[in-house]
Amino acid sequence: MIGDDVVMLSRLQFGLTALYHFLFVPLTLGMTFILGIMESVYVMTGKEVYKDMTKFWGKLFGINFAMGVTTGLTLEFQFGTNWAYYSHYVGDIFGPLLASEGWMAFFLESTFVGLFFFGWDKLTKVQHLTVTWLLAVGTSLSALWILIANGWMQYPVGAEFNYETLRMEMTSFADVILNPVAQVKFVHTVAAGYVTGSMFVLGISSWYLLNKRDIGFARRSFSIASAFGLASILSVIVLGDESGYTSGETQKMKLAAIEAEWETEPAPASFTLIGIPDQNGQRTGYAIKIPFLLGLMATRSIDEEVKGLKELQEGSLVRVKNGMVAYGELQKLRSGDHSDATKQAFAEHKADLGYGLLLKKYTENVVDADAAMIEKAANDTIPKVAPLFWTFRVMVACGFTMLFVFAMTFYYCATRVADQKRWLLRMAVWCIPLPWIAAETGWFVAEFGRQPWTISGILPTHLSVSSVSSGQLWFSIGGFALFYTVLLIIELYLMQKYVRIGPSSLHTGRYCHEQATTTAH
Amino acid sequence: MFDYETMRVIWWLFIGVVAIAFALTEGFDFGVSTLLPFVGKTDVERRVIINTVGATWEGNQVWLVLLGGAIFAVWPAVYATLFSGLYVAMLLVLFALFFRPAGFDYRSKVSDPRWRNAWDWGLFIGGTLPPVLLGVLVGNLILGLPFHLDQDLRAFYDGSFWGLLSPFALLCGVVSLLASSFHGALFLKWRTEDVIHDRATQTVAILGPLLLAGMVAVTLWVFIGIDRPEITQMAATDAPSNPLNKAVIAVGASWLQHFMAHPWMLLAPLLGFLGLILAWLLGKGTSTMAAFLFSSLGIAGILLTVGFGLFPFLLISSTDPRSSLTLWDASSSHTTLLWAFWITVVFLPIVLLYTRWVYKILWGSITEASVLKDSHTLY
Repeated sequence: MIGDDVVMLSRLQFGLTALYHFLFVPLTLGMTFILGIMESVYVMTGKEVYKDMTKFWGKLFGINFAMGVTTGLTLEFQFGTNWAYYSHYVGDIFGPLLASEGWMAFFLESTFVGLFFFGWDKLTKVQHLTVTWLLAVGTSLSALWILIANGWMQYPVGAEFNYETLRMEMTSFADVILNPVAQVKFVHTVAAGYVTGSMFVLGISSWYLLNKRDIGFARRSFSIASAFGLASILSVIVLGDESGYTSGETQKMKLAAIEAEWETEPAPASFTLIGIPDQNGQRTGYAIKIPFLLGLMATRSIDEEVKGLKELQEGSLVRVKNGMVAYGELQKLRSGDHSDATKQAFAEHKADLGYGLLLKKYTENVVDADAAMIEKAANDTIPKVAPLFWTFRVMVACGFTMLFVFAMTFYYCATRVADQKRWLLRMAVWCIPLPWIAAETGWFVAEFGRQPWTISGILPTHLSVSSVSSGQLWFSIGGFALFYTVLLIIELYLMQKYVRIGPSSLHTGRYCHEQATTTAH
Repeated sequence: MFDYETMRVIWWLFIGVVAIAFALTEGFDFGVSTLLPFVGKTDVERRVIINTVGATWEGNQVWLVLLGGAIFAVWPAVYATLFSGLYVAMLLVLFALFFRPAGFDYRSKVSDPRWRNAWDWGLFIGGTLPPVLLGVLVGNLILGLPFHLDQDLRAFYDGSFWGLLSPFALLCGVVSLLASSFHGALFLKWRTEDVIHDRATQTVAILGPLLLAGMVAVTLWVFIGIDRPEITQMAATDAPSNPLNKAVIAVGASWLQHFMAHPWMLLAPLLGFLGLILAWLLGKGTSTMAAFLFSSLGIAGILLTVGFGLFPFLLISSTDPRSSLTLWDASSSHTTLLWAFWITVVFLPIVLLYTRWVYKILWGSITEASVLKDSHTLY
């Protein structure tokens, strides 16, 4: 049996390295689009300041992009190094999605990023603009493929278990790609990336405006960021609501955990704004509730129920028992009994095979599990409620705060008085960390909420790991901690260095540290 | 024509193509980074060297990412067994690669010579350790790896990191480093003028004979001193993938006999030796472009030799021969192979076309004058 420490350390490593990678990805997603917009304005108007903006924000983008590449490589390696059984079990579906990401996205962004930086004097204006947009399309395509892969982990469609090869195999590529969960996740996530880029540009431009330097440059950057940011944050919120809707259909357990909804309420269910979830007592204390809201969001109706955790757990119990039958039939098939009766019995129960595998944590043979083990396995299907409940609320709070900032900055930009609203400029500077907090907590909700599965209902996390030792894991975690800490310090040092120098770093002679002039014309 | 058996063979060829593309493109990037601290004496010289690959190395590295992704998609069992089995080695490759993006992008953003010198050595590590370890890995593919599969097809590795470092595997690591450095020196020579160009020529002249000697030693060692397992019984070549449905003996026909049984396979080592001999002879002189092309052919020949030699094995198990993975029993399903095939057929030409365009735009000698002219934008 697999050691609990190996499972725990593998999860810790994956969680930390993925969260760390996700510090750089959203900014890359957003910045490439903003660069595309700025350069489009340059090509259309011919004003040099827009070219300077593309180049300067491009420098900051480059510092970030290098870290995204570095940390992204880790994830490509890690499925194999740390999640070998997962890779064997679902590689038939997950692998081609990653390979498609390589062909369609990684090549595109990585080939054109060099030309973006070094091609200014070698390309025509329109050619360079095309390169910039290809870079932006490449980064967003990358998000598309990895989120199709992730969407499949949340809601595995278009695949089934093959008892001859002992793994999941693809039955319909179209179903995998057109997975509704993946589509919603994609738009929600890339829009969150665009918000991150916008907040970054908005905050730094505000800081220049507060310091009354490079005004023309900063004001134009500020306007683009506030308009693009407002459009993006609205998409994030609308699509976030949409993903509440889809998980109402397919990931009821996660939704109930996020809402700490223990009992199934009469429709339409109320939404718990805040409270103290108690996992052992299976209740939520001090709850402040908004009537009807959850039912409306999750079912888009007033008469459908949103199932509570306790009822869902009962359902899991039935599926675990079915899963034991499936596992028993699978054993027969494997020992050479290929009679039609066995095949028939396996086919009837195999949808619940994954629930049977949950018992592997308690007994290697699965079929000899006793009532207590079955109860425990069913109980395992409820994720830990409190961390989900709180991180979700932090994410939403960040989202609405940013909505306020973008709405106000956009309004004052439109009325041309933004630089006089010093409180708003200050607020924009202080809000720079918010998109990162929202992105990281959002990632946590999506992935922690999927527990105890790596593939929902198919493959339990504790079976997915590699046959490695905890010593090896400590070696790798130590290595990551060392490299990632040093790299982060270096990255932040360079970022703040170039933010402080500002557009003067372009050495055009037009900006504040170079000449007496402080305007950008 | 797209039956399961054919798709399995086609994908074996495709993975070979991706592996060769990786070796050829990132090969010279690695080589240039290895030579950086030695061929470049001053800061400007080093910047010249870095900028010969600075604008294009990222695209080249995608071949490595794609190689991993394609193996995951096409041979999931190989991806799982290899990456988890060689856990420490794989992580060392990864950690070494960490130096590259930051090394290229951050080095010239601060002017302190200590900072720049530190990154130069970082780039050296990032360009040197991966080819050495990947060479050691290829050596171990030939020797076989100590792993077995249990009844659930879960892979268990029965060796250690230190066990990988056998004399034969280390020799393969050295040859791999010599090959990437040789290839990199030719590339550097091609893209520079004056002093760097001259030093690169000297490097080519010195490394060529060493590389060829190493290749002779590896070849003799394989033909004389290493056993090759043999499949004695297996399921049909279009049967569902399950590696345990076969019987394998640990010592079968030798590597030499394997090649002799299919004499056309000898074209691969022939290409390897001829290509690199010509690359060396021409590279010492003035035909740099031709030398680089022959060096590419030679390296492709080496990889083809390894692939042909292993066929039909992908991963040989030295402790439990039956668990060895072959292209017949470790592949993805027919559906997946077909989808991945069509995606590759469409996107491979597109990628090659725009990569060619980007190289064309960025081509031209890098000189000290050109680096100083664009000092604030170049790496």
